[in-house]
Amino acid sequence: MSEANTFLLDDIEIPFTPGQSVMQAALSAGVFIPHLCYHPEFRPHGSCKLCTVKINGRPATSCTTPAAAGLEVESNTPEILDKRRTLVQMLLVEGNHFCPSCEKSGHCKLQALGYELGVMTPRFNLLYPTRPVDASHPDVMLDFNRCILCELCIRASTEVDQKFVFALSGRGIKKHLVVNAESGRLADTNFAPTDKAAQVCPVGVILPKRKGFAVPIGERRFDVAPISAHVDEFKPVAAAQGERT
Amino acid sequence: MPFALETAPHPETLKRVAIEPVSRVEGHGKVTLLLDDNNHVQQVRLHITEFRGFEKFIEGRPYWEVPVMVQRLCGICPVSHHLAASKAMDMIVGATLTPTAEKIRRLMHYGQMLQSHALHFFHLSSPDLLFGFDSPVAQRNIVGVIAAHPEIAKKGVFLRKYGQEIIRMTAGKRVHGTGSLPGGVNKSLTAEERATLQKDIYQMIAWSRDAVQLIKGLFAQNLDYYNSFGRFSAHSMGLVRADGAMDLYHGGLRARRADGSTLFDHFDYSRYWDVIAEDVKSWSYMKFPYLCPIGSSDTGWYRVGPLTRVTQCDFIPTPLADKERDEFMAFDNGSATGATLGYHWARMIEMLHAAEVIKDLLHDDDICGKDLMATGQRQERGVGVIEAPRGTLIHHYRVDENDQIVRANLIVSTTHNNQAMNEAIRVVAKQYLDGRELTEGLLNHIEVAIRCFDPCLSCATHALGKMPLEIELIDADGMTLDLLTRDAHGHCQRL
Repeated sequence: MSEANTFLLDDIEIPFTPGQSVMQAALSAGVFIPHLCYHPEFRPHGSCKLCTVKINGRPATSCTTPAAAGLEVESNTPEILDKRRTLVQMLLVEGNHFCPSCEKSGHCKLQALGYELGVMTPRFNLLYPTRPVDASHPDVMLDFNRCILCELCIRASTEVDQKFVFALSGRGIKKHLVVNAESGRLADTNFAPTDKAAQVCPVGVILPKRKGFAVPIGERRFDVAPISAHVDEFKPVAAAQGERT
Repeated sequence: MPFALETAPHPETLKRVAIEPVSRVEGHGKVTLLLDDNNHVQQVRLHITEFRGFEKFIEGRPYWEVPVMVQRLCGICPVSHHLAASKAMDMIVGATLTPTAEKIRRLMHYGQMLQSHALHFFHLSSPDLLFGFDSPVAQRNIVGVIAAHPEIAKKGVFLRKYGQEIIRMTAGKRVHGTGSLPGGVNKSLTAEERATLQKDIYQMIAWSRDAVQLIKGLFAQNLDYYNSFGRFSAHSMGLVRADGAMDLYHGGLRARRADGSTLFDHFDYSRYWDVIAEDVKSWSYMKFPYLCPIGSSDTGWYRVGPLTRVTQCDFIPTPLADKERDEFMAFDNGSATGATLGYHWARMIEMLHAAEVIKDLLHDDDICGKDLMATGQRQERGVGVIEAPRGTLIHHYRVDENDQIVRANLIVSTTHNNQAMNEAIRVVAKQYLDGRELTEGLLNHIEVAIRCFDPCLSCATHALGKMPLEIELIDADGMTLDLLTRDAHGHCQRL
């Protein structure tokens, strides 16, 4: 690695290898940038906007911007943190996120980012969308109430499982996750609980049945340490290196 | 047939006094009094003014989520809902609990009993008992107790704290934990947690004994007053163990008529609907349950809770509480067993019992066991019943083949006591308010009667979609111009 392959992130020098995004380089260096739709095993998506930083003074999603020598990146500034907090607040009111009774509590990245960013109130009016649960599959339940449209399940089902079980339908505020079956029910697909798509949901949409609340409070993923301390789990893996949309 | 003082014949001519909200109880409720020109009481009602709707919005939710979700009914005794729902879900998954799971749940439950009874007695009711029902309102609160009786207040605070710590260690949080699951629990005690609790349990037992002595002394000092205050006769119901002992976690239903004779005993609660039915009235969100073998809601209403449990059981299976029970039952030829204020005495006996049970559990190695979960043959229907701090709590669910709730019915402790509380305040209104110029102190007598039941009004509102309604159009002179009614079956009629 040449000395020229570095950039500044909040005045910290971050090394990178050619082909890495700003996000990948930061995570590799152990610096956490908040994100929801980014997953180290999949090509970056740039849709949740949580990872927005300022690069040379201009806003950009760090998961889709290639790292380049000499960049000056701002991430942990009051202005950017405020915008990220706002994005999380908007996501929380757009769906039905009832953390007190959600079995993903303590494991949920949206909830963890809410804590990380200091979300103390809903701030915006709750939309209370009507989104029925699909419990038709014998081993997996879909609770669409919590979907944040990150498309990770779509990407996993398409790219890894090769099953194309999930898709987005509708536009704008009416955009929603659908199941690719004539009936619209998960039971009528070839989805399996061992699929990659069953493992990647950052929130509480795709849930294995009859497993909820098995981990006691205090031992859950984000009880043990805040999401920013889990940076090692988000480090890029070889397959995704250099792949960007 | 309406009860005496439930409905005045000509309410439009009467003046209305409202106690709103009823203070030092859980949830929101009000009492309305209708008085004639000579201040004679013509109508008294306890209204529950809030609405929850849990039975409806858990429809469609997965069954394993229910024990965590429904406990949000309450912030004081969520453990009761957590465990009653878990017991129902044990039936759904066909599980027989492991010894560790059952003992951890019992520890959680008796910890809650300790903290809830301490909260009720010391924080909410002791101001009335220590200072007098019509003492200055500025003093009649927990701050006043701390100022005048700091030792008593301190015991209350620490007893509650100890119970809350048990809940935290077994459920993960002091309020709204997740420890109990369908078929078991998700944690047992660590050796360190067990040692921490063992260190203080004997102090808790000693303070619980002090609390029993306190209320016993108050009864002895004010015998006639305490025995007669809001006194009424009623049927009773609660769980008892197979050998007739008090058991607040599990047992069969026992009901006694007002004359003390047994109506049913060791009844399998999984078919509770064979003995309990529910009525609704237009002026409250709370249902009116009754014992169907007796008849209708007019004749079959009953009371539950500490007074019922202590008097109905054959014995208490811990020595100190059992001795106190014997004394309570024998006191003044048994007069306290039917006194509305006897609830407080019985509550403190139960608190002592809870502390003793906790001590026994803390000396049982099973509470540190690792075998936490059990499974069995999946069922469609589950009923869980538990004796919550305020009385018998019934959770009933039906779950479909997709694991979703299709029907839920909750009969909450305070709901069982609905008619009993109305009866108590009507007696008190007649005893102390009738024909007198009302003062804050006199009105507090009504609240004192309600507080005896330690009601949780927020838990108790379950008249979803069934509550009959009346809409009256009244002109400026008080004449009724129009009246629209909806009955309990949803039929509307203009009269």
